[in-house]
Amino acid sequence: MPGLEDLYREIILDHYRNPRNRGELETPPAVVAEGFNPLCGDEVKVYVVVDGDTITDIRIGGQGCSISQSSASMMTTAVVGKTVDEARDVLRSFKQMMSIHEHGLGADADPADASTPSGLGDLEALRGVVKFPVRIKCATLGWNTFDQALAEVDSPA
Amino acid sequence: MSTATLDAAAVKADFPLLAREVHGTPIVYLDSGATSQKPRAVLDAMDRYYEEINANVHRGAYHIAERATTASEDARRSVARFIGATDEHEVVFTKNATEAVNLVAHAWGRSNLAEGDVVLVSLLEHHANIVPWHQLAAERGIEVRWIPTTDDGRLNLGALDHLLEGVRLVAVTAASNVTGDLPPVRRLADAAHSVGALCLVDASQYVPHRATDVADLGCDFLAFTGHKMCGPTGIGVLWGRRELLDAMPPFLGGGEMILDVRRDGFTPNEVPWRFEAGTPPIAEMIGLGAAVDYLEQLGMDAVAAHEVDLTAYALRTLGDRFDDDLVIHGPADTTDRGGTLSMCLGEIHAHDLSQVLDQHGVCVRAGHHCAKPLMRELGVTATARASLYLYNDESDVDALADALDEAARFFAF
Repeated sequence: MPGLEDLYREIILDHYRNPRNRGELETPPAVVAEGFNPLCGDEVKVYVVVDGDTITDIRIGGQGCSISQSSASMMTTAVVGKTVDEARDVLRSFKQMMSIHEHGLGADADPADASTPSGLGDLEALRGVVKFPVRIKCATLGWNTFDQALAEVDSPA
Repeated sequence: MSTATLDAAAVKADFPLLAREVHGTPIVYLDSGATSQKPRAVLDAMDRYYEEINANVHRGAYHIAERATTASEDARRSVARFIGATDEHEVVFTKNATEAVNLVAHAWGRSNLAEGDVVLVSLLEHHANIVPWHQLAAERGIEVRWIPTTDDGRLNLGALDHLLEGVRLVAVTAASNVTGDLPPVRRLADAAHSVGALCLVDASQYVPHRATDVADLGCDFLAFTGHKMCGPTGIGVLWGRRELLDAMPPFLGGGEMILDVRRDGFTPNEVPWRFEAGTPPIAEMIGLGAAVDYLEQLGMDAVAAHEVDLTAYALRTLGDRFDDDLVIHGPADTTDRGGTLSMCLGEIHAHDLSQVLDQHGVCVRAGHHCAKPLMRELGVTATARASLYLYNDESDVDALADALDEAARFFAF
């Protein structure tokens, strides 16, 4: 049976208590996307500045639970300074980690012990979220919103 | 029939699920505002239907079909009796309370409301009693107007007379699913009638908890759902005054709701079947009938008294143990208040709070409770809501308080 420590790893609680890159950016030059989790009312805003190919700045606004806030915070440190394509690779890897289907979550499956290396670094700490399926949407909220922001960069409204 | 007090231990023993353990600890079910647990009597009644008399209703002339028809229509009579309706034809079975409100919005609203007409709702409403009116506003240009709330989550009726101008329908909850407030439905219904308007009451959180009499409430429509009152999911009720229902066109079209179908049209059936297109949820009707019988056997006055006592104990216990660290959004005492406790503990997000509570077997709802306008008014995006029902006792409240302690320790706010 998964316990709280599987979900609330120390680094997650650290990002929750001391969120990185929190705030707003002027639009333009930044683009902004807004995401909602209709189940719990969490709201997140992701501001992104792309200079050439590179994500030069990113900020997170809104409010949510420890999982959504820390996941968004960790995302910002993982993608800032990367090219848009590199950021999309991280995004893909993260969402793959969050996909219960990819891991074939069954009675005996333990995704936290999955041996596939994801190259996600600190983000690996969020792997335990998969054991709490209701919380997966919390963990992916910031990422999906970031994805929307990148789409906005590709084709401004 | 009704006893003065409830034997909580005996009641708990009637509910098989409450004997379960989760995470190695006995389950503490405090989410009856979302859905109640079901007593053995309801589960048995539904099993008996499928095992002994499963057949479609109002169609076959054979023995079990007649038995099924009788059993499902008996359930309608039970429900009518339970809410003080004198005419069982006034009880329309729907999928849930949401569909009941939508039925009124479609069948009554589209026949009676025009641009500029006002539907007066309150800030306490569940989305089910908001969105259908927003849809009519978009489609017909009606105005949705709001009764405000007080700081302790009750209705603020100070400007009611002014708010009633141009109102054709007052659509209000009888019990908030967030703050627990029990608004003065009779006063609101009388106020509606004084300006020639009708009154629709969302009683989803009321009928399960208080003796209900539609004549006493004075309303014109009453919507509620079966699964919050010990019945199954998939069955709700719209009660409406007979002359109103008789004048309303059908909602969904199909079988059961017609008297005749020709190449050039159809003739609708009588009420209530006019509003029950297609094969109805027969087992669920029977299950709801059994739930009503169960509640009547306990006595709704005894159920209400038990809940008031337990709510007082919960407010006192949580207040003593957490003081200002725990905010309960709602009235501070049990006057006109149900057993719904919407909590914020320190800076802990409701989702995180409910996650820790779950580790201790305590089931609460975390989120906006489908009442976002109210949540905005309260200035929160989410609360953790514990909701008490007839099978809860002081040990459940104590378990909640212990688990809240653990959460405070874990997140060390």
